[in-house]
Amino acid sequence: MTFDSEYFNLGYLDTLSYKKTFVHRLDPRVKILVSFAFIIFVVSFPKYEFGALMPFFLYPVFLLTAGNIPLRAIAKKVLFISPFAVFIGIFNPLLDTKVILAPFGIPVSGGWISFFSIIVKFILTVSTALLLIAVTSFPGICEALARMKLPKIFVIQLLFLYRYIFVVLDVALRMIRAREARSFGKRGREIKNFIRLISVLLVRSVERAERIYQAMLSRGFRGEIRVLKRHRLRYYDILFAIISIAMFYIFRNFPVVNFIGNSLSRISK
Amino acid sequence: MHMADALLSPAVGGALWAGTLAAIIYSAKQLREKMDDKMVPLMGVLGAFIFAGQMINFTIPMTGSSGHIGGGMLLAIILGPYAAFLVIASVLVIQALFFADGGLLALGANIWNLGIYPCFIGYPLIYRTIVRGSASPKLITFASVLSVVAGLQLGALSVVLETKLSGITELPFNTFFVLMQPIHLAIGVIEGVITAGIVIYVRTLRPDIVDDLEGVKTLSSGGSLKKVLVITAVLAVITGGALSWLASTHPDGLEWSIEKIYGKPEVPQKQNPISENLSKLQEKTAVLPDYSLPSKGEEENPSWPAVNPGRSISGILGGIMVLVVILLFGIGIKAMRKFREKT
Repeated sequence: MTFDSEYFNLGYLDTLSYKKTFVHRLDPRVKILVSFAFIIFVVSFPKYEFGALMPFFLYPVFLLTAGNIPLRAIAKKVLFISPFAVFIGIFNPLLDTKVILAPFGIPVSGGWISFFSIIVKFILTVSTALLLIAVTSFPGICEALARMKLPKIFVIQLLFLYRYIFVVLDVALRMIRAREARSFGKRGREIKNFIRLISVLLVRSVERAERIYQAMLSRGFRGEIRVLKRHRLRYYDILFAIISIAMFYIFRNFPVVNFIGNSLSRISK
Repeated sequence: MHMADALLSPAVGGALWAGTLAAIIYSAKQLREKMDDKMVPLMGVLGAFIFAGQMINFTIPMTGSSGHIGGGMLLAIILGPYAAFLVIASVLVIQALFFADGGLLALGANIWNLGIYPCFIGYPLIYRTIVRGSASPKLITFASVLSVVAGLQLGALSVVLETKLSGITELPFNTFFVLMQPIHLAIGVIEGVITAGIVIYVRTLRPDIVDDLEGVKTLSSGGSLKKVLVITAVLAVITGGALSWLASTHPDGLEWSIEKIYGKPEVPQKQNPISENLSKLQEKTAVLPDYSLPSKGEEENPSWPAVNPGRSISGILGGIMVLVVILLFGIGIKAMRKFREKT
């Protein structure tokens, strides 16, 4: 991915988070809690589990469609699968060759099943993380973190960090363009140049922080930002949490998939 | 070397989250007592700086491929360990949410691997003990390379241990270790040289940026640091122990499933006693016994394995069916939304 597209993506997810739908209106605390529960249920499956993971696609699909998020925005990022997970997972089919399943007479080794299990878990957890931010907005997450009693300093500087990413990225973008314009091929990208470039970026950032601090002081800053509380727990927040977690529990502990498969094959007979 | 959710078990992920949260709360407490208001905007903007800085590429010598900085040790040198730890944690929070680097459960592990080691081991125990006052550029380079390498080696080792403890990969520990450590040694040397280069150059431009925050930094040399290390380690061990105990009391633990798979692969058609017992147990414990799933015996087993052609076909059929239903569900919601928007 190039710098420009990555920069664009960051802003794009941000714009998605200001839509007004049912899931956008849910209390951010509830969304964080349910998403965490979702991920823990998903990763708690043993490594040879594959089919039983399928019902869990319900949650990301719900967030996607109810939140009116374009599928492409999420799919592009998820398909760009973390090289690390694949790199670690791909050793499983090579090392674990014991056949444990034979659907339609095709032998499948345990390694392949555990590899695909890793990939499915990866898609589920990663898309949920992306959808969480797409339907919540970053200030919403910060509000939730503050109300979940995380240290104030941490939350405040997180808000700062988020606001200034766009500003500092802009500066960095201009520097990169200048470097590209003055260099050819790989020239100009040597470590020596890089150190100069990033040092200047560092000094500029610090100087900006100083100006911001002066501006804040003159507007009455006393070491604390009051975070606007926009959300209250409402009955449908609690309903959403209870229903989702109950469904995860059922998907995790009962053989839903086998039940459906069996009744299907019985009907077809 | 970002960890991913898919490579973690809940026990390992939860233990690291507990340790990370404890470290965040402790660092914030230390900062609140000793810092001035100026620090908060500085932390935020420097976090943004790390973010932007990671997008500027450079050519890695001898390989020709391009890389970017991590910046953990640089933050520790400029901000001191506590503030730097919070900033690293924040950068990783944003990466986990916006770039899906890893995921939410793995976030705890990532903050631990990339934050704890540079801030609470590399910086105070190595960098600070070598560099005191105005050191020569050579000394700064030496200290920076050494501390970055130490931090990254510990981080890479943690990734190996976390993945192994989660029991997801088949890679033997030794192979995995040999794959990870030398790469991170090379990365560490380059990152160390760059970090030193930045520190030295910035010192000529604005010496106060590197030297000014001594007041906050001296915190690191006290005994309080050892305390935070001990506390987080103890917390991690306790939660890890408690969680894995919880996990092992449930029959779907890893060992159990492996034993089940490898234990009786040659009895495909016959009822096996375990699944029979389980189905009885499930009938007893079912929430709604009248509506419990039809007991043909074989489909009662709660987790998949055991070689049984009929069973695996039903699993695949069921899986496809479930996906189709979810797809229809999604299309339905979309259609409803469009309909509502029209009216």
